[in-house]
Amino acid sequence: MSDVLAVVEHRRGELRPVSFELLTAGRDLAAAMDGELHVAVIGGPVDRYVDRLNRAGVDVIHTVDNGAEFNHDVYVQTVDALCQTLEPGVLLTPHTVNALDYVPAVAIDREMALVTDVLELSVEDDTLLATREFYESKVTASMAVEDTPRAVTIRPGEWPAAEGIAETEVRFFEFEPDDESIKSHVEGYEEAGSSEVDVTAADFLIGVGRGIGEVENLALIEDLAEAGDATIAASRPLVDKGWFETGRQVGQSGKTVSPDVYLAIGISGAVQHVAGIKGADTIVAINTDPHAPIFDIADQAIVGDLFEIVPALTEQVHTQ
Amino acid sequence: MKILVTFAEVAAVADNFEIEDGAVDERYLEYDLNEWDEYALEEAVSLREEGVADEVVTVTIGPERSEDTIRMALAKGADRAVRIWDESLADGPLEDVTTRAALIAPVVEEEDPTLVLSGVQAADDGYGATGVALARVLESQWAAVVNDLTLDLPNNTARVRRELEGGIEELTQINLPAVLTIQSGINNPRYASLRGLQQAQTQEIDLRTPGDLDIEPESLKPGLTRGKLAEPEPKGDTEYVEGEPDDQAEAIAGLLVEHGVVEE
Ligand SMILES: Cc1cc2nc3c(=O)[nH]c(=O)nc-3n(C[C@H](O)[C@H](O)[C@H](O)COP(=O)(O)OP(=O)(O)OC[C@H]3O[C@@H](n4cnc5c(N)ncnc54)[C@H](O)[C@@H]3O)c2cc1C
Ligand SMILES: Nc1ncnc2c1ncn2[C@@H]1O[C@H](COP(=O)(O)O)[C@@H](O)[C@H]1O
Repeated sequence: MSDVLAVVEHRRGELRPVSFELLTAGRDLAAAMDGELHVAVIGGPVDRYVDRLNRAGVDVIHTVDNGAEFNHDVYVQTVDALCQTLEPGVLLTPHTVNALDYVPAVAIDREMALVTDVLELSVEDDTLLATREFYESKVTASMAVEDTPRAVTIRPGEWPAAEGIAETEVRFFEFEPDDESIKSHVEGYEEAGSSEVDVTAADFLIGVGRGIGEVENLALIEDLAEAGDATIAASRPLVDKGWFETGRQVGQSGKTVSPDVYLAIGISGAVQHVAGIKGADTIVAINTDPHAPIFDIADQAIVGDLFEIVPALTEQVHTQ
Repeated sequence: MKILVTFAEVAAVADNFEIEDGAVDERYLEYDLNEWDEYALEEAVSLREEGVADEVVTVTIGPERSEDTIRMALAKGADRAVRIWDESLADGPLEDVTTRAALIAPVVEEEDPTLVLSGVQAADDGYGATGVALARVLESQWAAVVNDLTLDLPNNTARVRRELEGGIEELTQINLPAVLTIQSGINNPRYASLRGLQQAQTQEIDLRTPGDLDIEPESLKPGLTRGKLAEPEPKGDTEYVEGEPDDQAEAIAGLLVEHGVVEE
């Protein structure tokens, strides 16, 4: 029997949606381990968060009133203190940019086995099994995680959000991190670059990826976009190269889009890209690699060479 | 000031790969340098060129094969390279990022750099955790997913911009020494010059074994083991459009009309 400690994530006065997915994953895991689900919320308007975290299956909510936003030194120390008090078998967090900034440090401090970006969790014969992907999401493997305290981060979008109000016990966890050890200071936030073109407003959005090869080849995509009155968006590598403005980047660190049709051309379908296109009505993907993960979420899959298909498509669209 | 770059060789599977007995055979694996580490290296080399840093050293945990990749780092401007390896690392221990951190830490302690630059993630395993784990082993500061860096060496601090989700960026000041995990797009990685490539061929790569680094075999026991590999199950009901490119194009065009985004 062992308990699960799930640490939720919030930003600018809101719990992030993945926090509710975390409650579901935590509840299922606690049940499989015959233990309790403890949820911790660190910083921000904790009282307001408690009302929303009060979901069926949560045994105790621990609130730590400490700062408005994330600071990794505060989080490392607070989670460490929570683990010392609660001795959970598993520390569970979302796989997010902020989790990447503190969970590995907690794992080192507490000598935890660490497994990140997990898609599925189960317990078999007392062994914790965590499914994750390798080789750019082209294969999955089930990881057997040693029976010591463990830190697990879960991929957003894989568990349903928890629902159902409960009467959960709330405990105020009093903890003041040691000032001396705060060696980082968050000084503010910025919004990344804007764009003259709003890719979130397009009905027909063409996403172009690294498969396009050279910058000159973008003309092919522009011809198609013109013929079909489509808007062009891009995957991260093309924005990194400076071929497109930041505002055209679709994905986790860019825009979330919801067009009627998203036509992904030469895009592999990395999880951080796919995070931005789940709201599309129809996804059509053109890729030479039959194992490209984009095909796992595409409605229509075209295994083929964009340099053959796109010109032919442009012609077809012209004659429509 | 010295900068150390953790430089990983990563594997990708070939387009035609197959899983046999729960594993991907070596013949389907293609090795290359890790995209994120290229950005980390570029950041380090350009700081040296600006005169801010005076030496750039890479460290790689990897078998002899990885020397080709390491030479790419040398060709792109790293001054020296350290490779950590012995056969005890071949099967298992590296699965655990805390083990990797334990292996790299003694090299960092010896080299004593002001800055360690690591990649946000390794493209093949995507744990995204080695850099921050290393920082904690070293008891130094850190920042994950950095897309902008300004050093203030007289004050022993750095200002970093951390890329959060949804286009939000966090501006943070941290103390030095520190380990940063570098995000793609922070700079424009250079190509290796022909001359650089030639010079790198004959450069010495400093090989260290876990024994050299005073690491107990016991501390290399991984906390997790990889089970059998499988192909992921498709999440939806994907329809494959077969035929020649022209047929495929025609089918997509029809679909666009059907969905009302292209007019008939
Ligand atoms: C913290 C973090 C945040 C990130 N945020 C984002 C984000 O917001 N958006 C984003 O896009 N990425 C993001 N990424 C990067 C992401 O992990 C991938 O690296 C990126 O999405 C890959 O882009 P791609 O598909 O264009 O390139 P690749 O993965 O290189 O794929 C290119 C594809 O083109 C195909 N191809 C090649 N030639 C042809 C041809 N002739 N015809 C057809 N197909 C061809 C190949 O088979 C391949 O599948 C993020 C990563 C991290 C770590
Ligand atoms: N075998 C390795 N040798 C050197 N550096 C590594 C190795 N594995 C991972 N790293 C570093 O850690 C970063 C993150 O890797 P990971 O935690 O595996 O996603 C990489 O970008 C590298 O900088």
